[in-house]
Amino acid sequence: MSNKMTFGKAIRDAHRYLLENYPEVFVIGQGLWSPWYVGSSMTDLDKDFGTERVIDTPVSEDCCTGVAIGAALSGYKTLVIHPRMDFMILATNQIVNQAAKWSHMLGGQDSPSVTVRGIINRGGQQGAQHSQALHGWYANIPGLKVVMPATPNDARELLISSVLSGTPVMFVEDRWLYDWEDEMLPIKEVDLSKQGPNVLKQGEHITLVGSGYTTYQNTKAAKILGGKGVSAEVVDLRVINPLDITEVLNSVEKTGRLLAVDSGWANCGLAGEIIAAVSEKLPATKWKETPKRLTTVNSPAPTSGSLEDEFYFNEQDIVNKALEIVRNNQ
Amino acid sequence: MSTITKSKDFKDYSLGSLEDPLNEKFKSSINLDGENKEQLLFDYKQMLLIRKTEEKISEQLVAGEIKCPCHLAIGQEAIPVGISRFLRKSDRVFGTHRSHGHFIAIGGTAESLFAEVLGKASGCSKGFGGSMHLYGKEFGFYGSVPIVGATISLAVGAGLAAQMDKKENSDMGVCYFGDGAAEEGTLHESLNFASIFNIPVLFVCENNLFSSHLHISQRQPKSVVGRYADAHDILSYTVDGNDLVAVSQAAQALIDNSRNGGGPGFLEVVTYRWKGHVGPQDDMDVGIKRGEALNHWKKRDPIRRLSEGLIKSNLSTEGQLSAIQKEVDQSIQQDWESALQAPYPEKSTLLSAVYSQPSPGGKNV
Repeated sequence: MSNKMTFGKAIRDAHRYLLENYPEVFVIGQGLWSPWYVGSSMTDLDKDFGTERVIDTPVSEDCCTGVAIGAALSGYKTLVIHPRMDFMILATNQIVNQAAKWSHMLGGQDSPSVTVRGIINRGGQQGAQHSQALHGWYANIPGLKVVMPATPNDARELLISSVLSGTPVMFVEDRWLYDWEDEMLPIKEVDLSKQGPNVLKQGEHITLVGSGYTTYQNTKAAKILGGKGVSAEVVDLRVINPLDITEVLNSVEKTGRLLAVDSGWANCGLAGEIIAAVSEKLPATKWKETPKRLTTVNSPAPTSGSLEDEFYFNEQDIVNKALEIVRNNQ
Repeated sequence: MSTITKSKDFKDYSLGSLEDPLNEKFKSSINLDGENKEQLLFDYKQMLLIRKTEEKISEQLVAGEIKCPCHLAIGQEAIPVGISRFLRKSDRVFGTHRSHGHFIAIGGTAESLFAEVLGKASGCSKGFGGSMHLYGKEFGFYGSVPIVGATISLAVGAGLAAQMDKKENSDMGVCYFGDGAAEEGTLHESLNFASIFNIPVLFVCENNLFSSHLHISQRQPKSVVGRYADAHDILSYTVDGNDLVAVSQAAQALIDNSRNGGGPGFLEVVTYRWKGHVGPQDDMDVGIKRGEALNHWKKRDPIRRLSEGLIKSNLSTEGQLSAIQKEVDQSIQQDWESALQAPYPEKSTLLSAVYSQPSPGGKNV
């Protein structure tokens, strides 16, 4: 029997599971009662669980995030939703200065069990302030776990485990993944602190590393590469803070080649961190080729469709970059 | 009876005589009619404990024993003591960079504060917080932090949680902040949110007329901060923050209202800090002009005004009050010495405290 579900509906299913099984869970954010704000990820939850547990709010990112943290310190497990990461910047004081620091600055005596859904919502000629992928910023902060699911199963399982983790988590979703459909496994509660990178596809010649949507792109690129006789291994990071590099390291040790792909920008970003973390640990003799990264063009997002095509990289760009690395000495 | 005044009843939203250091009205002993003697003596002791704890910290900053930045609230002791009368352990109080008094008034010990500012493992924040990050959840002090205005929305969230726990005779969120925080956007977001969701939360604005170094007249067009509460349809009182009775009467009215479903309350307490923004000096940032005003404001000393009132009303005697002073002095000296003896945190705790688990709060206490 088929049990297929899209990424967006898998997120909604996670909310449903949490709201059904944990009376101390509530959800707060802008647009939660709207049919379009957060895509398919919240549809009808307000009707099924009541507007006191699925709370739509005034246009106040900072306050609503603070409210979720304050309630989390008062015995609740809270989810705060920012339909666009760009607007979430207004809540960064609450996320970075308060939630992420709360445990450490008070001596490890308390922890806000708050999960912040930060949604990447790119393309569609939306332009500079509606299109950013800022996960790398937040992954720089000790005390804030940053989770980036790529598959529908991970979207559901990692969201459930984030909310149940007892720690502040930023859960980063890319709207471009919302229609990705997958066969769903039974729901399982997993311990977030034990989650890390996974190998999604085995390969021999090159390791493609990504997270969220770039993992999806990497799997498609790996198929194209396969047609050209290049066997690519795809590693999905899943949790980018704290970052456990072991799986990536094992993979590159085997392939000797690394392409780090990230939807953020290059400078001080996730792709650079992956290359640095592997380079520090892998002996020079294991490298067959210099590692490379593919990141978003170093400009704000444009609006004109023709410039957008230039701005966003696609699977073929990943294939081309991978071939640059492999071609020399396969 | 002391009088408590709604913020909106201040003409042109000007504090007028309340902010005038030359006005004699606020220098005399406070009116204690109808007040309970035992409560007043308890409050007197609490105010002295805060004053002398901070004087000890000031002295030890000068001596070099304490090295972390300390923002002292000497002169503002009536505020947390007057408010804490009406708070419970299941309430949720959030503070600021200047929260020694808030912490002690609700149950924190001088010893755990001394140890904290010394960076000792026995400190209220295990030596991780210093003066600016204090913790005492078991008695309702959820935390204080120095980002100006940052805990206001946390208290609103704690109030929302309290409202979800029970609608009648609910617990409260409480946030202390200064007149400077009223210039942060987060206050307005929080007032609006609390108002629209009818949250049981008390906003306490300690209007001491100064941000770190600028007088309120250089920062805001009006001196009554409670006008922001009025704009958000929140009941607001503006009172003499150096009058224990005025503070407690306004706090009681607002807290009772909130617990019974009346929504948020805003309490503006007008006061003056005797020390500079940070550290032990009288006037680190402000210069000579404040120096003159300071001498007048010291005549509005909330502790002296209470003690004179106690004697005048025959509720106490010089002898009884000086015995209390002696007792406080002795306990502070003992607490200081214990804190000095305490060990520093283990080096391994630097990494182990990055993540922890929630401690029971709210209805789970």
